[in-house]
Amino acid sequence: MNETYLPSAGPVVADSGAYAALAVGAQAEKMSVRNLDFFYGDNRALKAVNVPLYDRKVTAFIGPSGCGKSTLLRVLNRMYDLYPGQRAEGEVLLDGENVLDPKLDLNALRARVGMVFQKPTPFPMTIYENIAFGVRLYEKLSKSDMDERVEKALRGAAIWDEVKDKLNASGLSLSGGQQQRLCIARTVAIQPEVILFDEPCSALDPISTAKIEELIDELRVEYTIAIVTHNMQQAVRVSQHTAFMYLGEMVEFGETDQIFTAPRQPRTQDYITGRFG
Amino acid sequence: MSLASARKLRSSLAMSACVGSAVLGIAALAIILGALLWNGFSSLNLAVFTQMTPPPGSAGGLLNAIVGSLIMTVLGVAIGAPLGLFAGTYMSEYGRYSRITTVVRFINDILLSAPSIVIGLFVYEITVIQMGHFSGLSGALALALLVVPVVVRTTEDMLNLVPGSLREAATALGLPRSLIIRHVAYKAARAGLITGLLLAVARVSGETAPLLFTALNNQFFSTNLNAPMASLPVVIFQFAMSPYKDWQSLAWAGALLITAAVLALSIGARILGAQKTSK
Repeated sequence: MNETYLPSAGPVVADSGAYAALAVGAQAEKMSVRNLDFFYGDNRALKAVNVPLYDRKVTAFIGPSGCGKSTLLRVLNRMYDLYPGQRAEGEVLLDGENVLDPKLDLNALRARVGMVFQKPTPFPMTIYENIAFGVRLYEKLSKSDMDERVEKALRGAAIWDEVKDKLNASGLSLSGGQQQRLCIARTVAIQPEVILFDEPCSALDPISTAKIEELIDELRVEYTIAIVTHNMQQAVRVSQHTAFMYLGEMVEFGETDQIFTAPRQPRTQDYITGRFG
Repeated sequence: MSLASARKLRSSLAMSACVGSAVLGIAALAIILGALLWNGFSSLNLAVFTQMTPPPGSAGGLLNAIVGSLIMTVLGVAIGAPLGLFAGTYMSEYGRYSRITTVVRFINDILLSAPSIVIGLFVYEITVIQMGHFSGLSGALALALLVVPVVVRTTEDMLNLVPGSLREAATALGLPRSLIIRHVAYKAARAGLITGLLLAVARVSGETAPLLFTALNNQFFSTNLNAPMASLPVVIFQFAMSPYKDWQSLAWAGALLITAAVLALSIGARILGAQKTSK
């Protein structure tokens, strides 16, 4: 892993930012998206996208609705495989291994690359089971070890204190913000390496949002994180790198500070200043 | 006439048509139920549950018919429900976008509305004629064929109602499909699936035509699946058409029993359905 790659040809305009960032710190790439095209039937939703996800950093994806941010995220864990007529071309490397390989074990991939969705989706079972259910698939734990794992996951998602007395209540009985943190706990419990957040706060109130943002910042110590967000302040608050996408293209990628203070592309400038989008 | 008053007139006409139709329908139902309760209760006694169907002119009960109905309904559902559940699961979970599913759904809808007498004749052709005699097993098979389309339909519909986001969330944890179906989809759709099953039971427990050709009837108590078997609907059919007073009153009692059982199942289905929505 941790290979750093150099562009074979001269840098394309679309990812000059990526290479610039690479040059800055020579950080390890946990995942690398290379020349990725994505199709919904005949509709080309991603156009030759290049972007790195640096190890144990948060990368934010911003851009107007329909620009391909969520589509990109759904390629990283092959979620699109659930639906017919969707296909990806190019390379997505996870520790140097191509995720788009048709022979890849998808369940193993998804265990390594977890995902948290826009709408909280607790399973119709108890809070405890919501977490233990996924863990049981990968590890055979004794009752006490499982209890410990569930507690650790719930603590990790900053929800333990709120649910510790009602672990046998239905996951559906929690509030929206709690449900979302339960979903994060569920994802963390199976010990992935990368966590993808697809607009995790768009259905939540400001207080729950602040909690989730804090949580993402803490999770960064252990996990590589990608987050799609419509909220630019959120991108500034939680991420170290930001990618701006527009109409399926990666317009600019760079350190978050640089993107929001000194964007290199005029389209990025227009978007972050609210001129369109 | 102004536009507003014309609209009001049309509205009240439509309203009275709706209310009138509703009253007509409910009144018919009330009269039927009233006659059933009146005649059924007066014919109901302990002998109905303890004695066999009598020859004309002597006392008796419906025990053989009640037991026969129970055996064939349970067996029919036991055969038909898993088939329907598996088919519906395939259609919703595995083949949602495939052509086979469209074809199966179309054929299933035809089966769903097929006259039950046709099903009876079909089973008569493939089992009764081959075996050379009527049997409880053939009756159960005919009922199973009626259960399948109902369960296929409700299973597919209920699983389609499970939000895709729930399936995606489970997929994102790396869970294999079989587990997602068993532990997430079935759980989320449980109330609906049970409702469908109960409706299927209700549907077949009143069927007469398919049993006439398959299980026929049996005057004596029998749990032998390889022999003709009595059932409530067939006994009602036979006794109600007869000129004998005591047979007619037993038919009323049987009709009341079936109606009560189906009503109980429907109420059960409703309660389960309500639990689902209140969650």
